[in-house]
Order: sequence, then structure tokens, then C-alpha cells
Amino acid sequence: MLTRLANPLRFMAFSRWAGPLFSAAAAVLIAAGLWFGFSAPPDYQQGETVRIMFVHVPAAWVALTAYAALGGASFVSLVFRHALADIAARAVAPIGAIFTLMALVTGSFWGRPMWGAWWVWGDARLVSMLVLFLLFVGYLALRASIEDETKAARAAEILAIVGLINLPVIKFSVEWWNTLHQGESLLRKGGPLVASVYLTPLFLMGGGYMAIFAALWLARTRAEVWRRRALTLRDRGAA
Amino acid sequence: MKSLAKLSVSDLCVSRGGRTLFSGLSFEVISGQALALTGENGAGKTSLLRAIAGLLRPTGGRIDFSGAADANDSSEVVRSQSHLLGHADGFAGALTARAELGFALDWTGGSWDAALPVIEMLNLARALDLPTRQLSAGQRRRLAVVRLIAAPRALWLLDEAAAPLDAAGRVWFGAAMAAHLERGGLIVAAAHDPLPVPATVLRIGR
Amino acid sequence: MRAVFAFARREIALAWNSGGPVLGVGFFTAMTVMFPLSLGSSPAALAPVAPGVAWVGLILSSLLSLDRMFERDMESGALDFLALGRTPLELVGLVKCLAHWLTCGVPLSLAAPIASIALGGAPSSAIMLIVCGLVGSLAFALVGGTGAALAISSRRGGVLVALVVLPLLTPPVIFGGAAIERVVGGAPWGAALALLCAYAAAALAGSPFAIAAACRNSLS
Repeated sequence: MLTRLANPLRFMAFSRWAGPLFSAAAAVLIAAGLWFGFSAPPDYQQGETVRIMFVHVPAAWVALTAYAALGGASFVSLVFRHALADIAARAVAPIGAIFTLMALVTGSFWGRPMWGAWWVWGDARLVSMLVLFLLFVGYLALRASIEDETKAARAAEILAIVGLINLPVIKFSVEWWNTLHQGESLLRKGGPLVASVYLTPLFLMGGGYMAIFAALWLARTRAEVWRRRALTLRDRGAA
Repeated sequence: MKSLAKLSVSDLCVSRGGRTLFSGLSFEVISGQALALTGENGAGKTSLLRAIAGLLRPTGGRIDFSGAADANDSSEVVRSQSHLLGHADGFAGALTARAELGFALDWTGGSWDAALPVIEMLNLARALDLPTRQLSAGQRRRLAVVRLIAAPRALWLLDEAAAPLDAAGRVWFGAAMAAHLERGGLIVAAAHDPLPVPATVLRIGR
Repeated sequence: MRAVFAFARREIALAWNSGGPVLGVGFFTAMTVMFPLSLGSSPAALAPVAPGVAWVGLILSSLLSLDRMFERDMESGALDFLALGRTPLELVGLVKCLAHWLTCGVPLSLAAPIASIALGGAPSSAIMLIVCGLVGSLAFALVGGTGAALAISSRRGGVLVALVVLPLLTPPVIFGGAAIERVVGGAPWGAALALLCAYAAAALAGSPFAIAAACRNSLS
């Protein structure tokens, strides 16, 4: 399917109806997720505040997916020299940065009742999210600071690929560091043993967030395609 | 000097910063021939030279080398059998001319034996022990030309090479170019003035 | 091979000419002085953080002094010349990073324990600081060199490179820091040091390709 969409004209036709469709799906899924989330019983340890999990965890999922998408699109652009892949990469970066920031802020809110502080360094997942945020910021800064757009795009692509390769190593190193200092994780200790009654709203919200992500990414990619077309017309007119 | 029979460019399209500089460009240069590139500033002469040198990837078309001795693909040919002499000389200001020339000869496989007579002819002997930032533009360009001649390579890609030289320097450089062509070398040169050797003229840009 | 050694000699000569280790070690010293000035001079405040401060200082000093690594050659036209030699650009990048490590990273590794002890850190951390410094600064030079190559056309210099590269350097920072801290605390440090060495080896294998790709991008 991806190769079918690689044709810019087909992509524009596809995204025209797919974007609103994803938005509608997002609205439905999030409404359902919030309903189930609020009707689920409170956690015996965390009380009512466990519900922030439904806002925080999907944001973290999207943040990681966005970086993987950034790395993947950058790889396709660099190796196959496909213009649409570069446009998609450029479009997804700010979205990923914002979702990562959301994950950090909601994570901070979630942890406050438990830790008594707005931030502790003892949570490995949150610290990895912070490093992920810095990776996004670095990508955006690099892309913005090189004047020649083509060179900026290529350099940022290389950075995204290097970042994606490093990401598992970074996550491992932060978790390893955390075991040295025995921090307290937001989710229950022992891994993602989330009670099944919470799984339904979690996955609904997860689906909703992914749909929002897809809608936003499609919208931004379309906007970027239009921008490039406008620039080409302007350059042709000026020549 | 390893031989190179022909450089052929077909249907070449080059763009920079998103703008297409030229497209559909085709030409051939065979051993012993020189090609002069003319055109306005910004027309793409430098970009064409860099594309031939393999530094710039064209958006369309092909660049082929044929009859190259013991090299399998274009990038190997270009890296072992061509010299690119551009606007910048590539010398580090803090090091002496002797050190920079020595490095350049080691890098391109040239020899001091071949370089010394050229240094004498170009009156560079006294300038050798100065740091390159203290040399004049003409002296630095002459030093770069020593690099060109002391490491014989088949293809010379020259971008306004003679510009910083004085009248005597240009006469000398013209003679060096003629000698290179006689040995079977190829020259592609961008210049505003006519070349001192017989050359086909190719106009780039509109 | 002769070409590679000639290039290595040239890089070291250039680094030496532009001040050599003075820049990196000078910044490191200035940074070290800032800590007691801002934390207060009581040994109780400084001693626990001393080895960590020395480690962070080493990282930052390595990074801030390598931003001109490729830009200098780009501006002078030397990068064109280097790209058109018989030596692959990957090897060029590797030699540049190694030369930076020799002229900057190694002196910093020797300065780090001095800073740590000056801030009141335990002398037991000194040897580990040198070892982690030597291995770590190799990793910093390689990954930092990748950042420097990526930022060639940006003209924003050291801070951009540091911003781009620091998140990528999270693993060696953690591993080295852990090794140093565990030596002071008397805990087993072998795993941390092994992980640091593994990271440096991986950086040695992978960075030259990213650096060459970034250089080719800037040359085009």
C-alpha cells in the first residue's frame, strides 16, 4: 500500500478523504475511551489519579511511533531519494515533539500524587521520554539552522536514522541506570500488569490517539506538498 | 599519467537549492581535447564541474568515463584520475606552503621530484616556508597549480583557474595546459575569457 | 596508506596550531571553577558531586571544541580536495575524529581526576576517571564528529552540535558515570566499564559512515 501512496497525486487524493476519516474515528474512539475510562473503578493504590494513565500512556505510544515514523521516512528518503518521504519526515517531526511533551507533562501530573513532587528522575520511562524529546528538538534545530533546504533535509535525515538506531540503546541504558538506583515506576512494578478493566479504555484511547496522529500527519504532509508546489511555481515565475 | 579515453555526458540535469540550473545537457570530451564552459554567473558552470567530479549528484542524465585504466566505476575514476581546481585553493592558513604541498603530494600520489622544477619556474622557492595565509592569492594559486602538475592525472576540471594569476602566470599556465593536452589529457574549464588552448565552447544556461 | 598517515599528521599539526588542548582544557578548568563558586565552598557540598562534575565537564569540553572540525576544511576548499583523493571519505572522517581525540580527549582525561580531587572527590575515582575518560572521549569525538559533520552548513557552531549530539550520548554518559560512581562506592564496576567500551567500539564502527554521508551532503 505504501508504494501505491508514493505517487504524490495518488497520495493527495487518498489524504483528502483519509484525513477527515481519521479525525472522525479519533473522535469516536476517544469519546468511547473517556467513557470507559471514567466508568472504570479507581485503582487500589493510586485512587482516582490512575485515570491520567489513559491520557499519558497513549501519548507515549504515539511519541515513540512518531520517532519511528521519522526514522523510517528519513531512511526511505535517503536511500530511495523519494521527495514525498522527505516531506512526510518533515511533517511528522513537530507532531512527535508535541506528543512527547504531552507525555512528559501528563506523566508529571500522574506522578505528583505518588511521588509528592512534579518530577523525579527515578522513573526510567519518563527519563527516556525526556531524551526522546531532546532528540526531536535536535532534529528540528538542525533542520531549521541550515539555509539550503535540500542540504538541511539530507542532514536531518541522517540524524533521524542515527537517532533511530541509537534509540533502543538509549532506552536500555536509561533502564539499566534506573535499576542501579531503584526508582519507582509509574506503572505497577513488575511490568505492564495493568488490570484488564483498564485495558479497554487504554486501548480505545490508544486507538484514538493514533487516529489523531494519522490525521495530523496527513494534514501536515498535504500542507507541505502545497507549500513546495507554491515555491516551485514562484521560482519558475521568477526565472 | 593513467589514461582516460573519453568523458561523455548525456542528458544531464542539475539542480541546486531546488532550482533546476540546466537540463538535457550532452557533450563529449576525448583525450587531447579541451572544453570551455561559458555562461553568466550562477548559470551552473561550477555545478557542472562539481557534478563531473562526483561531488554533486545530478537529478537526471549520465556521466560516463571510458577507456580508464584499472578503475571499475565512475567514482573511482574520478577520485584517482581527475583534479578539481576551484575558487578555493584548499590550503590551511596556519601550515607552511611546504607542509601543505607535501601533504597534497602524498594525498594525490605526486612526487617532490616532479614538483621542484615547477616550483622553480613559478618563483615559489622562497615562499615555501611561509604559512600559506601569508601568501598572495596569486602565489597560492601557483602553489595549487604545482599540485596539479606534480601528480599527473588525466582529467583537469578547472573553475576560473587562471583568474588570480598575473599576465606572466597566465602565459605559463596556458603552456602547461597545452602540454597536458599533448600528453593525452582532458580539460574541462569554466572561464569568462577564451582559453589559451584550442577548445570547443559550450554555453551553459539560457 | 602513506596518504592516510600524511593526513593524520596534518590534522594533528592543525589542531596543535590552533591551540591544541589549551582550548578544551582551559574551558574544562573554567567550568570546574564555576562549581564551588555557585555551590558554596563547603566540602560536604562539593565532595559527593566532584567525580560526576569532572565527568560532565569532560563531556562538554570535548563537544564544544570540535565544532570547527569540518567547517574549517569546508570553507578553505580542502574538503573538496579530500573528497577527491583515493582514500575514502569514511577514513577521512575517522582520522579527523581520532586526531581530535588525541589532541583534546586524552589531555582532558588526564585533567579530569585533577579537577575531581580539587573539588574534594575521593582519590579512588582518579584511575577510573582516566580510563572512562579515555574510552568515553573517543566515543564523544566520534559521535560529536558526526554532529559536527551534520552541522557544517549551519554556521550555528558548537551549541547546535552539542544539542544534536548530547541526547545520542546518553548511553556512554550513563555507563561512564556509573563506573566512576561505583568505584567510589566500592561496588562492582566491571559491567559499566564493559558497556562503555562496547559503545565506543560501536561508535568506532558506525560513525565514519554517518560522517561521510554528512560530508557528501555538504559538498553537494
